[in-house]
Amino acid sequence: MGIKNPFIDGEVLSFTSPPFSPCDSLCAPPLLRAFFWLVSLLLASLVWFISVQISNKDSAAQQKGLLIFGVVLSVLLQETFRFAYYKLLKKANEGLLTLSQEETMPISIRQLAYVSGLGFGFMSGAFSVVNILADSVGPGTIGIHGDSQHYFLSSAFMTMAIILLHMFWGVIFFDGCERQRWWAVAAVVVSHLVVSCLTFQNPQYVGSLVPTYVILLAMAAWAFHTAGGSLRNLKLCLTCKDTDFLLANHRPR
Amino acid sequence: MHYLIRHVRVNSETSQNAHGPEQNGQPGAARPPRVVETEEDEDEELTLKYGAKHVIMLFVPVTLCMVVVVATIKSVSFFTQKDGQRLIYTPFSEDTDTMGQRALNSILNASIMITVIIVMTLVLVLLYKYRFYKVIQGWLFLASLLMLFSFSFIYLKEVFKTYNLATDYFTVAIIIWNFGVVGMLCIHWTGPLRLQQAYLIMISALMALVFVKYLPEWTGWLILGAISVYDLLAVLCPKGPLRILVETAQERNEPIFPALIYSSTMVWLVNMADTEWPPRRSSAEALAAPPGDDGGFSSSWVDHQQHQLGPLQTTDETRREIQELPSARPPVEDDDDEEERGVKLGLGDFIFYSMLVGKASATASGDWNTTLACFVAILIGLCLTLLLLAIFKKALPALPISIFFGLVFYFATDNLVQPFMDQLALHQFYI
Repeated sequence: MGIKNPFIDGEVLSFTSPPFSPCDSLCAPPLLRAFFWLVSLLLASLVWFISVQISNKDSAAQQKGLLIFGVVLSVLLQETFRFAYYKLLKKANEGLLTLSQEETMPISIRQLAYVSGLGFGFMSGAFSVVNILADSVGPGTIGIHGDSQHYFLSSAFMTMAIILLHMFWGVIFFDGCERQRWWAVAAVVVSHLVVSCLTFQNPQYVGSLVPTYVILLAMAAWAFHTAGGSLRNLKLCLTCKDTDFLLANHRPR
Repeated sequence: MHYLIRHVRVNSETSQNAHGPEQNGQPGAARPPRVVETEEDEDEELTLKYGAKHVIMLFVPVTLCMVVVVATIKSVSFFTQKDGQRLIYTPFSEDTDTMGQRALNSILNASIMITVIIVMTLVLVLLYKYRFYKVIQGWLFLASLLMLFSFSFIYLKEVFKTYNLATDYFTVAIIIWNFGVVGMLCIHWTGPLRLQQAYLIMISALMALVFVKYLPEWTGWLILGAISVYDLLAVLCPKGPLRILVETAQERNEPIFPALIYSSTMVWLVNMADTEWPPRRSSAEALAAPPGDDGGFSSSWVDHQQHQLGPLQTTDETRREIQELPSARPPVEDDDDEEERGVKLGLGDFIFYSMLVGKASATASGDWNTTLACFVAILIGLCLTLLLLAIFKKALPALPISIFFGLVFYFATDNLVQPFMDQLALHQFYI
């Protein structure tokens, strides 16, 4: 996915260009974002670890409860760090703007939102799935002890959903912060919590995967709309008739 | 591991050749007229912009090196097997009965290594100061010879063993011969930039693998920490060997040795006519001399070399030296070329970063999570260091911040995050 028209206000989320093209300044947002995600995860794990150490290790129910608490805390911390990242980017962008004395920022806040959401999503997805992937090389049998046979598949789908969701949440979140629409920000946090809590139902995958994908579609539409997209834009983009974009990228029609 | 930022200092230095004292061989570094005209703001903006570009230019090779090391460690088990062999610089074994004894042994090992590094660095400074250039040159030549032939042969052998490929000696001899000779040419003389960069990455990766294999576990971590501290002190303290080296080089207006420094751009013309290096060398250097922080010779490598060849002089110092020395290329005439503003990073940095990530992937219980976390931490440290370089505009050590982040994230991820993620994966909870 990429954002076209970096220098024009009405950007459209499209599914073509790679994300880093006009990024001359601040080229490390996804990496920084990944770092922020890691730090949030670290803090959440620290709290969870401490709580586990002081708890009753034999009680399975208590351990599960602590884990749920850990998940909720982690989600809240992630969103807090997303906000912190937004603040940091804003400051850096403003700083660069004053230094360069240009009229427009070389990279818009929407692109930053997209790129940062991507970074967040990649890190989150990677941490969720890479060990599973490594184990899936084998040798082994899934669900040999009676667990679900669809473990790998469902993990894959869930991870994909989470990565895309982070991207959309990033766009909506940043836009909400930009326009002071705090309800949008709250909606992002709430939907993140909802998605995480839905996974508590695993391995009843129907209960968790289906609603997650519904939320994913809703967030996709919302993010698309937030970034200035509309059905008309989409049609123009897909049929390569979007003159603004073509002009900006010097491509023949 | 001093990055060379390409921009020049705003205050016009009155040094004869246009490079500022702390700009190590930044090719684009010295443009006095331009500097004088440039407003500080624009300069700063340029700095930040190009700083960001340089960050990206360094990310790719560092990432590649780490990827090679991690891939090798994961697939070729030779590098994680402890067959009881140790370098002579780490004589104390870590297979002890008590934790206390093990800690003591590893501290002793680390101190011996660091002492060796310091001594070698001082020897190098002395050699450089008293103009024993041929000695240093020969030493570096022998060192890279060893790396390119011997170590790569061992590596190839192990890879063949792992994948059970039967090969005859003749084929291997031809491969290694060609690989080695082309490598020597690229590094010490001249060659296509990409090829040279590829060779530098390869030898850094090989060195890092040697470290991962031969250094005992706790010793390795301690050495990483200690060498970051040493790096910090040697570069920033007024009496630090590296600093002395840089200053001496600047006084003499000499280029650095064709040492192991990774450079992201072609270097330029050299007017080394009045130096002791043959001009051809200079140009080669121009191409090839990214100052390696440790001249890319990690202590172990040095140790190893000493081990094999007798005392070597590659030490942090040399490396630093090399790194520090301005690639002493006078700036090229056609200046507004952004491409000339390359970045240089010492091979020692590559080696230690890759070593950290390699150790993380070899010994961590969190496995890939820990490796990823260390990788991100190191790159962020690199970013920060480059940023600081842009702000302070003087030679900075590249190791401390990255290694600090890397170590913190390794231990934190391995002990805190990994149990958490494990439990989450078990129940398939997603955060």
